[in-house]
Amino acid sequence: MNHLGLITKREFLNKVKNKSFILMTFLSPLIMVGVITLVVYLTQLNNDKVRTISVLDESKLFANEFVDTENTKYDLLESLELDAAKKIVQEAGTYGLLYIPKGATIDEISDKVKFFSEDSPSLLVMDKIEDKIEEKARNIKLKNSGLDPEIVNSLRVKINANLETFEGEKTSKMGSGLKLAAGGIAGYLLFMFIIIYGNMIMRSVIEEKTSRIIEVIISSVKPVQLLLGKIFGTTLAGITQFLTWVIVGGILVTIVSAVFGIDIAGAQMEQQQEAMNQVANSQEVQNGVNVLIQEFLNLPLANLIIMFVFFFVGGYLLYASLYAAIGAAVDNETDTQQFMLPIIMPLMLAIYVGFFTVIENPHGTVSQVFSYIPFTSPVVMLMRIPFGVPIWQQLISLAVLFGTFFLTVLFAAKIYRVGILMYGKKPSYKELIKWLKY
Amino acid sequence: MAAFFVKSISLPKFIQYMNNLLVAENIVKTFGDYTALSNVSIEVPKGSIFGLLGPNGAGKTTLIRIINQITMPDQGLVTLDGEPLKPDHIKDIGYLPEERGLYKSMKVGEQALYLAQLKGLSNAEAKKQLKYWFDKFEIGDWWNKKIQELSKGMAQKIQFIVTVLHKPKLLIFDEPFSGFDPINANMIKDEILQLRDDGATVIFSTHRMESVEELCDHIALIHESNKILDGKLLDIKRAYKSNTFEVGLITDNKSEVTQSLKGKFEIADATFKTINDELKFNIKIENGASPNELVSYLTSKGELTHFVEVVPSVSDIFIQTVQNN
Repeated sequence: MNHLGLITKREFLNKVKNKSFILMTFLSPLIMVGVITLVVYLTQLNNDKVRTISVLDESKLFANEFVDTENTKYDLLESLELDAAKKIVQEAGTYGLLYIPKGATIDEISDKVKFFSEDSPSLLVMDKIEDKIEEKARNIKLKNSGLDPEIVNSLRVKINANLETFEGEKTSKMGSGLKLAAGGIAGYLLFMFIIIYGNMIMRSVIEEKTSRIIEVIISSVKPVQLLLGKIFGTTLAGITQFLTWVIVGGILVTIVSAVFGIDIAGAQMEQQQEAMNQVANSQEVQNGVNVLIQEFLNLPLANLIIMFVFFFVGGYLLYASLYAAIGAAVDNETDTQQFMLPIIMPLMLAIYVGFFTVIENPHGTVSQVFSYIPFTSPVVMLMRIPFGVPIWQQLISLAVLFGTFFLTVLFAAKIYRVGILMYGKKPSYKELIKWLKY
Repeated sequence: MAAFFVKSISLPKFIQYMNNLLVAENIVKTFGDYTALSNVSIEVPKGSIFGLLGPNGAGKTTLIRIINQITMPDQGLVTLDGEPLKPDHIKDIGYLPEERGLYKSMKVGEQALYLAQLKGLSNAEAKKQLKYWFDKFEIGDWWNKKIQELSKGMAQKIQFIVTVLHKPKLLIFDEPFSGFDPINANMIKDEILQLRDDGATVIFSTHRMESVEELCDHIALIHESNKILDGKLLDIKRAYKSNTFEVGLITDNKSEVTQSLKGKFEIADATFKTINDELKFNIKIENGASPNELVSYLTSKGELTHFVEVVPSVSDIFIQTVQNN
């Protein structure tokens, strides 16, 4: 008798109808969006404050450089002694006082530039001010040497090698970051999914043990069927939850953006863009964005998505069966600790190898080896694929993964079969091995 | 029955399989170094209530689990209705384990339906049967309650229903009365007898000897992984009787009668309640001797008010057999 469908259905419905599961499913995106909104709102609030910086320029060379911007106003002080100026600024309570002394040469002046303030000034603000002075000082020095800054600027050569694969596909350095992001997100998603829903399976097995229904059930169905039904049912519930998160989260972000006019997605970029604008002009950024979009489209997207599904399923099932075996071996959740390490270790290893070694060299020996080991391959291979991995390598890795999955299920089923009927004592590893022979 | 002729088994085997619903032959099961069952054979006659007895840890549960195909025996063969056990037999067996429970957060009706379907009933058939039993036990309004809202006794009733729901040929009850008050225990007992009368065979494992006495017609006693006794309960009792009679005798000359009884028989003091002032003895006569001789001897000595054969209780047999092994 095959009851896999029946068991899967029960496990799925039981999870999905659970009140705390429903609450988590709909509350989590709400909380996430709420927190992000709050953070963005607070950041904007923080930035909204207009800073006034007083400038005492005794050299009279830099005054023209300090032009008011939206967030920063410059208050130029004239014909004041430094001490007097300091006093005035302190009483006025402005952001700080920039002091540029008189001097015979530019070098002498620039060495003695000072900034006085009550609290330590923001690094970003100091950077801006320093940049302004540097730029002007350089131009003055160029002029003093008899060179026209305009001409010097036009002589600047900028090398930006056009990256291209042997097959003629254009790539770029930015693309590498993008690839890393694509692979990283895929790998990390899998990692999270395994931990969250693996634990859920384990708890569900323990629940059957503690409620003592297990013997009733396995007098009707084979333990392997129960094990698989449990894994499939919980997985379906997990996918449902994940999708709900994505959809509800997406809708919420849209609503929040529309209602409050806060651009959540854009907000985080704003500051970096502001900084970038100083080095590159908008034309370059525009080009960069275009290249980035092009890069994204150039990613082996179809390959990535298809393999994401396969590695995701394979990796998840592999770990899920181990979680189920642990659940069967113990009586309650506190006893699971000693068996968690062998699960968490390879997962952490996969993430570390992924984020350090693969970044360094996606096709190095270590990266390659770990993308074949079934316990790390789902994460590591997913992170390598955006950099272009031959299909045959992916298929071998996948075959190893699924082969190991079937072995693990057999192993887990053995532990499971014996473990679910064992009560009272916390088993050791030695005992688990003995169970395999029963 | 065709299977017999194809496999051409011997006539005695054929008769053994005909008369017994379940035959377990030379079952051996070890867990590592620990032997749970060594060469245990039992025969459960069709339509009987079979008591599977034994001290804690004797191996009863292991044997029951083997019958339920939860664990596989290392050696030996179990046949149900003449066929070696196979997965399809699951629907022919109803098992109420000693360690039992239900999904706490699941509703009574859904849960009963699920368990019934696992036993191979269709959804419609399961619903029909459930309605019958829920009406019979007058618990129709529990359908939408969760198990955790029910008392232990209530949950046990549900558990009993899902055990018998699919009308199995063989019912296995491990301590079925635990958790029930006397009224409900009686009700369950009547249901078990009814199921037997309707054609089911029952294996009954318990430590409550009085219910064995009351229900079982066959028993097997397992001790330290060996079967040390089995057969018809009456036959066993006959084999274990000690030819002892409980006697109450009114006489004027107590000490003289006692003396002369002592000279003729093996006697011991007995206690039982009477309304007269009698001499009370347990008197053992020789094997093969007729109790009539004892009666006529006693009536010649005084007025006989009490004469009962001491029948060994299952409890006595249990203790005696286990201690002798």
